[in-house]
Amino acid sequence: MAEKYILNMITQRAFEEGVAMEIGKTSPEYFDACNIIEMNEQDMKKLGILKNTNVRVTSESGQVVVKAVVGRQTVYPGLCHIRQGVWANQVVPPRTQSTGTPQYSGFPVTVEPAPEEKLKTALHLVQGAVGMWKGEE
Amino acid sequence: MPKVYENVGCPYCGCSCDDVRVTVSDDGKKVLEVENVCAIGTEIFKHGSSEHRHRLPRLRQPDGSMKEISYEEAIEWTAQHLYKAKKPLMYGFGSTNCEGQAAAARVMESAGGCLDNCATICHGPSFLAIFDNGYPTCTLGEVKNRADVIVYWGSNPAHAHPRHMSRYSIFPRGFFTGKGQKKRTVVVIDPRYTDTANVADIHVRVKQGHDYELFDAFRMVMHGHGDDLPDVVADVPKEQILQVAEIMANARFGTVFYGMGLTHSDGRNHNIDIAISLMRDLNKVAKWTIMAMRGHYNIAGPGVVWSWTFGFPYCLDLTKKNYAHMNPGETSSVDMAMRDETDMFINIGTDAGAHFPIPAVQHLKKHPWVTIDPSVCMASEISDLHIPVCICGVDTGGIVYRMDNVPIQFRQVLDPQGLLTDEELLNKIADRVDELNAQGA
Ligand code: SF4
Repeated sequence: MAEKYILNMITQRAFEEGVAMEIGKTSPEYFDACNIIEMNEQDMKKLGILKNTNVRVTSESGQVVVKAVVGRQTVYPGLCHIRQGVWANQVVPPRTQSTGTPQYSGFPVTVEPAPEEKLKTALHLVQGAVGMWKGEE
Repeated sequence: MPKVYENVGCPYCGCSCDDVRVTVSDDGKKVLEVENVCAIGTEIFKHGSSEHRHRLPRLRQPDGSMKEISYEEAIEWTAQHLYKAKKPLMYGFGSTNCEGQAAAARVMESAGGCLDNCATICHGPSFLAIFDNGYPTCTLGEVKNRADVIVYWGSNPAHAHPRHMSRYSIFPRGFFTGKGQKKRTVVVIDPRYTDTANVADIHVRVKQGHDYELFDAFRMVMHGHGDDLPDVVADVPKEQILQVAEIMANARFGTVFYGMGLTHSDGRNHNIDIAISLMRDLNKVAKWTIMAMRGHYNIAGPGVVWSWTFGFPYCLDLTKKNYAHMNPGETSSVDMAMRDETDMFINIGTDAGAHFPIPAVQHLKKHPWVTIDPSVCMASEISDLHIPVCICGVDTGGIVYRMDNVPIQFRQVLDPQGLLTDEELLNKIADRVDELNAQGA
């Protein structure tokens, strides 16, 4: 078991995410564009994560399974990034520092290898969170 | 004969590009070709003529399925629930025209609820800083024609505002900037080496969440205390801070474009108010302006329309009926959701299902949820009622406000085929709420 250590998570835009969102939030394009975590290679080694395998991301507010990749827009060791959208918002803390704006960037997470876990669709995650999901678990 | 529309507006990002060419089929129902637009904009016009679009409202049935109903039934359902609710919340408006935003103000004034827009989770902190410290800004044309130093701070236009650099900031040759990019110095300040950083002359790799310290350092230099800086501030070496400060002080005309890197991180509004203070310092020796990279094509619209109407740009509490109140942190959508202070949610021209933190969605979902949106999205798929409407800029026109608050007239290119606009729908709902209020009085 690799050591657990705290990474700093940001959630931001990406061109692919913008295009996919306009194709549709239930489309395969949206699924592919948004359910990834971009990490630094050193962190992946340290945590025993292989490129393009699934990981579990846990924050103070929730958890989500996403695919770990090394992004083109590099992050430094200790920083990681999930594109904004359904997967990111499973772990974004709703605390607003009394401004109305949640902590979309700069919150602590742990990331662990979870190669056997399945990625959930956007609809599964959101409907599941509010008790409406009718499909398979 | 296919019809060609010139000077069409793109209803996606805050660039609100208005140089789009769209070719439409004879019957006005299909988009055949889109030119000048970026890949994201292209998808919107394609989506506009998709056969999968819903043309009638859908109401959730006891078994969980959705059943088509008429517009009249949907209006009645919404008005009845608004009338009954003690503190309904209507949220969204990034993606609709100003006419729709004005009609929404009418609905919530009649219903006595809360009215909020996407600024609350986006550039709301910028408003807070502007209240404190002012907004020394300009229009995008001034940047194009004059700017020789461009700073993108916590923003990534290559991905979020794809034509920003080519239309307004870096590449165009303007009146006093005839040499275009060659004579402009571009600085990108971001924890990541983004695709925007890749285009820049200088990338300042700041430690995430530590922008305030970096602003502080720049201000120290501007106030003549550069020597007292520590060797490294927010992971940035002193030499680089001095180098960038010198470029800034020697600018003929500089502009800082900032985004979610500042508004979403620790400090929120304080990252912006110190940025504005830096502008004040720089304007003693050079000419500097600052601009928020507003997200949606008309997210500046509700700020302007509701300022005319109520005096406040967002987070409006209209429950007192004859005076409005605003205090983000207290009256913002996410804060109210998290404290369970609202008992009905109307999602319009946005997707709170996908873009709110999931705990906020779980709270809101305890109460009736209506989604008014042209498309199927996460909000529509968890709502009790989904009412489809026209896409602004595609099936209907209207006024939109670009990121620099310049109003642009968007055009209609497709036949709406029976769909109502947001404005038409909301005015019908307001009429019905007014009737119910009169009956109840
Ligand atoms: S830059 Fe923005 S407004 Fe312009 S075409 Fe692209 S998405 Fe549309």
